[in-house]
Amino acid sequence: MSYYNEMFEGKQVREPYAMLRAWVDTMPDDFRQMKQAEAEALFRRIGITFAVYGEGGDPDRLIPFDMMPRVFEQNEWRKLERGIKQRARALNAFLRDVYGRAEIVRAGRIPARLVYQNEAYEKSVVGVVPPRGVYSHIIGIDLVRTGKDEFFVLEDNCRTPSGVSYMLENREIMMRMFPQLFRNNRIEPVDQYPELLRRTLESVAPAKCDGRPTCVILTPGHFNSAYYEHSFLANLMGVELVEGQDLFVDGEFVYMRTTQGPKRVDVIYRRLDDPYLDPLCFRPDSMLGVPGLMDVYRSGGVSICSAPGAGVADDKAIYTFVPEMVRFYLGEEPILNNVQTWTLWKDDDYKYVMENLPELVVKEVHGSGGYGMLVGPKSTKAEVEEFRKKIEANPGNYIAQPTLSLSTCPTFVEEGIAPRHVDLRPFCLCGDRIELVPGGLTRVALREGSLVVNSSQGGGVKDTWVLSE
Amino acid sequence: MLSRTAANLFWMGRHLERAETAARLIDVGQRITLLPNTEQGYQNEWTSLLQASGTADAFAAKYGEVTQEKIEEFLFFDRENPSSVVYCLEKARESGRIVRTALTGQVWDALNVAYQELRRMERIPRGKLDTAEMTEFTTRHASTVRGAINATQLRNDGWHFMNLGYGLERADATARLLDVKYFVLLPRIEFVGSGLDTYQWQVILRALSAHRAFHWAYGGDVTAGRVADFLILNGESPRSLITSLYEAVWHLEGLARRYGDQVPTTARDKSREVLDRLQNQQIDTIFDDGLHEFLTWFITEIGNIATLTHQDYLRGGS
Repeated sequence: MSYYNEMFEGKQVREPYAMLRAWVDTMPDDFRQMKQAEAEALFRRIGITFAVYGEGGDPDRLIPFDMMPRVFEQNEWRKLERGIKQRARALNAFLRDVYGRAEIVRAGRIPARLVYQNEAYEKSVVGVVPPRGVYSHIIGIDLVRTGKDEFFVLEDNCRTPSGVSYMLENREIMMRMFPQLFRNNRIEPVDQYPELLRRTLESVAPAKCDGRPTCVILTPGHFNSAYYEHSFLANLMGVELVEGQDLFVDGEFVYMRTTQGPKRVDVIYRRLDDPYLDPLCFRPDSMLGVPGLMDVYRSGGVSICSAPGAGVADDKAIYTFVPEMVRFYLGEEPILNNVQTWTLWKDDDYKYVMENLPELVVKEVHGSGGYGMLVGPKSTKAEVEEFRKKIEANPGNYIAQPTLSLSTCPTFVEEGIAPRHVDLRPFCLCGDRIELVPGGLTRVALREGSLVVNSSQGGGVKDTWVLSE
Repeated sequence: MLSRTAANLFWMGRHLERAETAARLIDVGQRITLLPNTEQGYQNEWTSLLQASGTADAFAAKYGEVTQEKIEEFLFFDRENPSSVVYCLEKARESGRIVRTALTGQVWDALNVAYQELRRMERIPRGKLDTAEMTEFTTRHASTVRGAINATQLRNDGWHFMNLGYGLERADATARLLDVKYFVLLPRIEFVGSGLDTYQWQVILRALSAHRAFHWAYGGDVTAGRVADFLILNGESPRSLITSLYEAVWHLEGLARRYGDQVPTTARDKSREVLDRLQNQQIDTIFDDGLHEFLTWFITEIGNIATLTHQDYLRGGS
C-alpha cells in the first residue's frame, strides 16, 4: 500500500514543509536529543500526563510529544474549516430535530430505530430546546487524509471531546523551545481558544440568567484521565472547576458551595457523561452528579454543555448519515466526506464484510479510544477469526471501514526522521457563532507501520500549524 | 472561592508543614543515636518521638522492634503512615493538583518538582541514602514551596486558607513535640534537672530547628523553664505556640474582613479567645498547673479552631 506523505510532492519537498526541512537538516543529533529531553521535562513539570484506563502502571504517564510539526497551508485549511463548520451546523440541526418533530425520520432519510433505540437518545429531554438551539457546543471532528486534496471524517465527537489542552500546550512548548521557527514563519496562533470557549459558553446562558453568566466546568474529579485538561481550561478561562459535590439544587436554580455561601451557576460545561449527571434522573448510584440538576435544566434554570442527549449525533451508526443531514438541513453538498462504511446489520454489508475481513477495519458501534477494534491487515489469522466470532454473535454492534491509507508526516524516531501515520482533531465551537481556531490536535502512530493513533495504544502528539497568507 | 478549593488549600498547608515535622523527627532521632546510651538504650527516646507524632502504636503494630532503619522507613517512606514525609508530600501535591487553578505556576512547579524528585528518591536503594540527605531534601523542598507561596500567590482568601493550615499545623506540631517530655519523664522523675533532662530539652530545640535561635534569645544554660518559654510564649520564636497561633488568628481575621458580616466568624472568635489566654500566661504558672495539662488544653483548642473553620467556610453555607 502506498501512503500520501504530507511533506513531499514527488521527490520535491512541498512548500509548507520547506523551512522545516532546512531546520531538520541542519540540526545536530545531540541537539535534538537535548531538546527532546527538555520537552519531556517541561511536560512533566507542568504536569500534563495521561492516565490510561485499565492499564495500571504509572498514573503520571506522558503522552509522547514529537517535535516535528505538522503543517497546513492557508488554502488547505480554509477548505477544512468550511467543511468542519458545515458539519457542526448539520449535527446541531439534527439534534434539534430528533428531540423535536424529527422531520428527518418522517422523511425516511434515517431509520427511526437508529435514533430512538439508540442508547444515547435521551427521552427525558424530548421537547426541551436549549438556548439558541445548540446541543453540542464543542465538537471534535476526527479527520484523516489520504491524498493531497482528500480528507475524510473518521468520526464526530459531540459529547465532551478531549485533547484541546494538548493542542495548546504543544504550541506553548514549541514556541518556548524553538522561538526562531515562529519568528521566521507566519504561523496562525491558537491561544485564543480558551477565550472563545468562554464566550461560546456565555452566549448560551439561560434566559433566566440576569447579568453576566457564571460558567463552571464540571469534572468527574482528579482521578479522571482528562483531569489535567479540565483544570487547565478552567484556569485559562477564569472559571471555577467544580465536582458534583460542589453543586446543589435549591428551588429552580443550581448553586455552588463557596466560602461565602451559595453562588448561582448559569452555564455548566460538563466533562461528565449523561448517565452520571443526575442520580434522580439517570443512574441512581452515581456519586459524581448533582441530584435535581435535570429538573433545573428542563425548566430553563441552567444550561448544560453539551446538552444531555447530544451523544445521539456522534454514534458510529448515525455517523453514516451525516452527509445526508448536511443535504437535508442545509441544502448543501457536504464539503468533507465520510469514510465508506459498512453497517453489519444490513445483509449485503454483512456478507461483504465477512468475506473481506482481513482487509477491513471493524469497530464497535459504541466503542472508543481504539479499544475493541480489528485492524484486518495488521492482525494475525487467529485474531481475525476470533473477531469474526464476536461479529457473528452480535452483528448490529459493528461497523466496518476500508483500511485507509492514512497520510504520513515526518516524525522524529530513534534513527532520525521517518514517516509515521497521523490524524487530526480540530475543535469547533458552537454558540451564537460557530468558531474554529486554526489548528487542532495531530495524533501520530509512533510505531512503524501502525495505523492506530490513540494515546492509549502508543500514539503521540504533534504541534499543528496553519500558515497564514 | 469554592469551599472544596479552600479545604484543599488548607490541607495542602497542613500536609506540607507535617512533612517537615516528620523530617525534623528523623533528624533528631539520628542525633540521639550518636550519643552515649541511657540504661535502656535510646529506644525510649525514639518511642517518645513517635508518640509526639501520634504514631507510636501504628509503628509498634507494623514494625515491632525499634531500629534506626525501621524508624526512617516509617517516618519517611511509609505510605501507610499518615505522618510520613512521602504520605504528606503526596497528599499536599494531590491537593495542589485538585486546586491547580488556585495556585500560581511557580507554586505548582515547586510542589510538582518536589514530588517528582521524591519518586526518584524512592527508587534509590535505602542503604545508599543517608539520613541527612533525606531530611535536607524535605526541608529544602518545603522551603521552596513556602517561598513560592509567599512570593507569588495573590493575597486573597486562598492565601489565607493555605497559611491558616500552615499555622494550625505548626501550633499542633510544636505542642506535641513539647508533650514528648511528658511521655519521657513521667516514669523517671529523678531525671529532672539532671544532664539527661537538659539533653532532652536540647533535643526538642533541635527538633524545631530552634537550637541556635534559643541561644541568641536567652543565652546561658538550657533549662526547662527557658525552653518552654521560648517554645510556648516567645513571640519572636518562629515555631512557638504563640507565634503559630498568632498567624492563624491573623489569617482568620483576614477572612472575616474580606467576607464581611454575611459569613459566620466562629473560628476567628475562638482563635482570638485562645490567643488572649496565651498572651496572659506566665511560664511558671504553666509548670505549676502541669505542662501536660496545658498542652492537652492547647491541642484540643487547636482542634476546635480547625473544626469551626470547617463549619464557617468549608461547607458552602449548607
